Amino acid sequence: MNRHAKINSARTADQSHFRTLRLGTPFQPRIDALGLKQDWYNWAGYRAPHSLWDEELEYFAIRSQAALFDISPMTKYRIEGPDAEAYLDRVTLRDVTRLKPGRVHYTAWCDDEGFVLDDGTLFRLSPTRFRLCSQERHLPWLLDSAIGYKVSVEEETEAVAGLALQGPTSFAILRDAGFAGVERLKVFDLAEFAHEGGTVTISRTGFTGDLGYELFVPADKALSLWDRLMAAGELRGIRAIGYTALNRARLEAGLIVANADFTTAEHAIRADRLRMPDEIGLGFMIDPDKGHFNGRRAILEARAKKKLRHVLVGLEIEGNIPAEHAIVYYRKSQEIGLVSAAMWSPMAKRNIALASLRRPYGETIVDDLWVEIYAMRELQYQKLMKKAKVVPRPFIKLDRRTANPPADF
Amino acid sequence: MTSSDLNWDAVVIGGGHNGLVAAATLAKSGRKVLVLEAGNEVGGAARTEEFAPGFRVSAVAHLLNRLHPDVVKTLELERHGLTVGRGDFVPSVALSKDGPLVLHGAYGEVLTGASTSEQSAWKELRAQLLRYAGVLKPFLSRRPPDLGSMSLAEMTGLGQTALALKRLGKEDMRDFLRVLLMNVYDLLDEQLSDDRLKGLLAFDATLGSHLGPRSPTSLLGLYYRLAGEIGGLAGAQMQPKGGMGAVVAAIRAAAEKAGVSIRPASPVARVIVEKGRAVGVVTQNGETLRARTVVSAVNPATTILDLVGPREVDTGFVRKVRNIRMKGDAAKLHLALDRPPQFSGVDAAGHKGRLVIAPSPDHVERAFNPSKYGAFSPEPVMEITLPSLADPSLAPSGACVLSAVVQYAPYALKEGWVAGKPRFLKAIMAQLEAYAPGIGATVRHAEVLTPADIEARYRMPGGHWHHGELQADQMLMSRPVSGWSGYDTPLEGLFLAGAGSHPGGGISGAPGLNAARRIIAMRA
Repeated sequence: MNRHAKINSARTADQSHFRTLRLGTPFQPRIDALGLKQDWYNWAGYRAPHSLWDEELEYFAIRSQAALFDISPMTKYRIEGPDAEAYLDRVTLRDVTRLKPGRVHYTAWCDDEGFVLDDGTLFRLSPTRFRLCSQERHLPWLLDSAIGYKVSVEEETEAVAGLALQGPTSFAILRDAGFAGVERLKVFDLAEFAHEGGTVTISRTGFTGDLGYELFVPADKALSLWDRLMAAGELRGIRAIGYTALNRARLEAGLIVANADFTTAEHAIRADRLRMPDEIGLGFMIDPDKGHFNGRRAILEARAKKKLRHVLVGLEIEGNIPAEHAIVYYRKSQEIGLVSAAMWSPMAKRNIALASLRRPYGETIVDDLWVEIYAMRELQYQKLMKKAKVVPRPFIKLDRRTANPPADF
Repeated sequence: MTSSDLNWDAVVIGGGHNGLVAAATLAKSGRKVLVLEAGNEVGGAARTEEFAPGFRVSAVAHLLNRLHPDVVKTLELERHGLTVGRGDFVPSVALSKDGPLVLHGAYGEVLTGASTSEQSAWKELRAQLLRYAGVLKPFLSRRPPDLGSMSLAEMTGLGQTALALKRLGKEDMRDFLRVLLMNVYDLLDEQLSDDRLKGLLAFDATLGSHLGPRSPTSLLGLYYRLAGEIGGLAGAQMQPKGGMGAVVAAIRAAAEKAGVSIRPASPVARVIVEKGRAVGVVTQNGETLRARTVVSAVNPATTILDLVGPREVDTGFVRKVRNIRMKGDAAKLHLALDRPPQFSGVDAAGHKGRLVIAPSPDHVERAFNPSKYGAFSPEPVMEITLPSLADPSLAPSGACVLSAVVQYAPYALKEGWVAGKPRFLKAIMAQLEAYAPGIGATVRHAEVLTPADIEARYRMPGGHWHHGELQADQMLMSRPVSGWSGYDTPLEGLFLAGAGSHPGGGISGAPGLNAARRIIAMRA
């Protein structure tokens, strides 16, 4: 065979990823079987469902039963070493020295200019081992941040499969599935449980504002975990769901999504799209008294010099038409911001939204705010100018989310 | 520790000439200043050192051609022993098998040894080079403009530059912009024909950088050289009596007069950082010295990565600092000779000047080529001085000191400098022998300082005498790194004052002076 042909075939073999433009997750065989609507979207290169069979019923599975959502495409990093705590304390905003082993916290991280690179959850698996979960990929940033620390950073997105089990019956399902001791998990606790000769990490966390758990398992144990939960949950209404339903639940919980409610710093092309934590409601994470962290100088300077330009607020809007991507006005005329997520909330029985406003609107000026909703009605827009009110987040607060022990629904 | 140690206004890390200039300037503003020098002597790469019994030489920098007039004035260096007279200026001699060519006065006010037509071409080119260097001069001395928030003074400064540019006239301004980032080789080809003159200029443009004459932007190096002045004359050069150490002695005297305390043999282990602010230093002896301001006149990468540590600054900043290119490509040669050498065809005045072996731009380019791949030049180019001719105190009676900067000698020599150094010395001696027959037999002692040696001996990472390549991407607003070119750092209270900062290396004192002025302006 001639040399070039040999090289070409070797190259083709190396480039087989071209043949799979969207990867499947370790749960794909189960999800494909349930995905009656074939309604896929691209989540970080993976084929993920918008909806499997019915958006409305999938949403109500979260609120009235238990919903199983595949979070495997979430970017996951394994961070380990004697300096792991100090390292993460420098990389991320919140004080990692106060995150105890067996606990999880929601955090974010910034570049030198104090602009948010991403938000995510940090799992402290042991004194020296962490898992950082995020929307975007950050390996070069995390590795360069490790200069000067005794720490290893490894991407484990493919190696670790993840599931979110959310909803009132989620605890009972885990108990019935035989995860003894899961009742001891308080919100943001995590623990390891036996599964198929290995372990599954279960944390009482989620993205729904409801009672719920997240489970992480080696990819080769993914399907058996799925089957174990499905079997245990059969009589408790367990349902696989897609992102549309989850997105509604998270909005009710007042949680933000990177690159939906704010543009991450490495993705933003336009300079005015960058956001500091204080500008997207994450100011509470900043602790000026902890050790140095990335962006500290810029963030504290912006605070001191009043250079913060935006604010992210929760809005309650009159009527029941979702104000998705509506422009926000002051006195019906002056453009002051944009709605990034909106819905009629069945739980809150309110028309809710998240919006980014230009300060001082939403900060000191909160009256006389309006949104202009373009409602498409049979090929014609009905333009609605609706009054909006700044309200605190979350939009709903469910006692069952934090109740101890968790209720047995 | 005495109680007075507790409250320094400023601690300056590094007693190189820039550290001393910064310290003296700060002390003159009424601050209580302490200089911590790692070595037993201050002066860094500007020391005069004995390299063989009875033979002394300017350790790294051996020609004074850019000591900033503001430094001379601010520190009153003339009152402290620095003398610069018109008679001290020395010529540059381009050595060649075809006989030497000499640039007299301030960078060739008069050219001898060349044809009449070449002389008039040179007259024009020299005037043009100095005119254009003059436009850049304010840029290459002041604090670079702060792109984020420009002060009125900075605006005025920029305005003056714009005015200087405008004063050139339309044609000249266009030409200035055309040639600004050119390579020196092509520019010389446009205007000159004598290879000896072109070789000399090509050498000067690339001296001290990892560039060949044909490398894009190499012309900037020549502008940098010509933006320097001494005794009020742009392009002039001199060999200070007593070596470069005498210049340092004058600066030191000015600093001590201003009340600066200087502690030699006190290497700093780390900078103390509290809540984003530098509040002092810990020496390697374990002594803690607190200060309102910490000024680092050592290498910027050393300062940030070793003394401050990556944990106290942001990731993006660490990235930038680690990416500063600073691998030296020049070596220093010191020869102790039994008697003064005789360079063929060169007169007595020429021997007291700067003798350059760079017979053509192609020769310089060919010397550069191997260094790209980790090998030294088999036929190196060099600038040679014989300082003991004008200052007999530097050598035993009748003997002679030869000091030369030799290119190209890559920091990361593939074969390693242990094996490479003797071979490199042989290559250098072969060149010298060709231009000064018989010199080899008179060598009593030879010392070659490779970039690796310079790194170890003078604490200059990469052995780079500019503390960072002086190329377009590492100049002005990008020196030492973009966003932090104004001598301040992301740490409040920590300032950079060494050659790694704008405008760069050479014995100018400008980074030290600018840093001190910045600190005074910030009332830090």
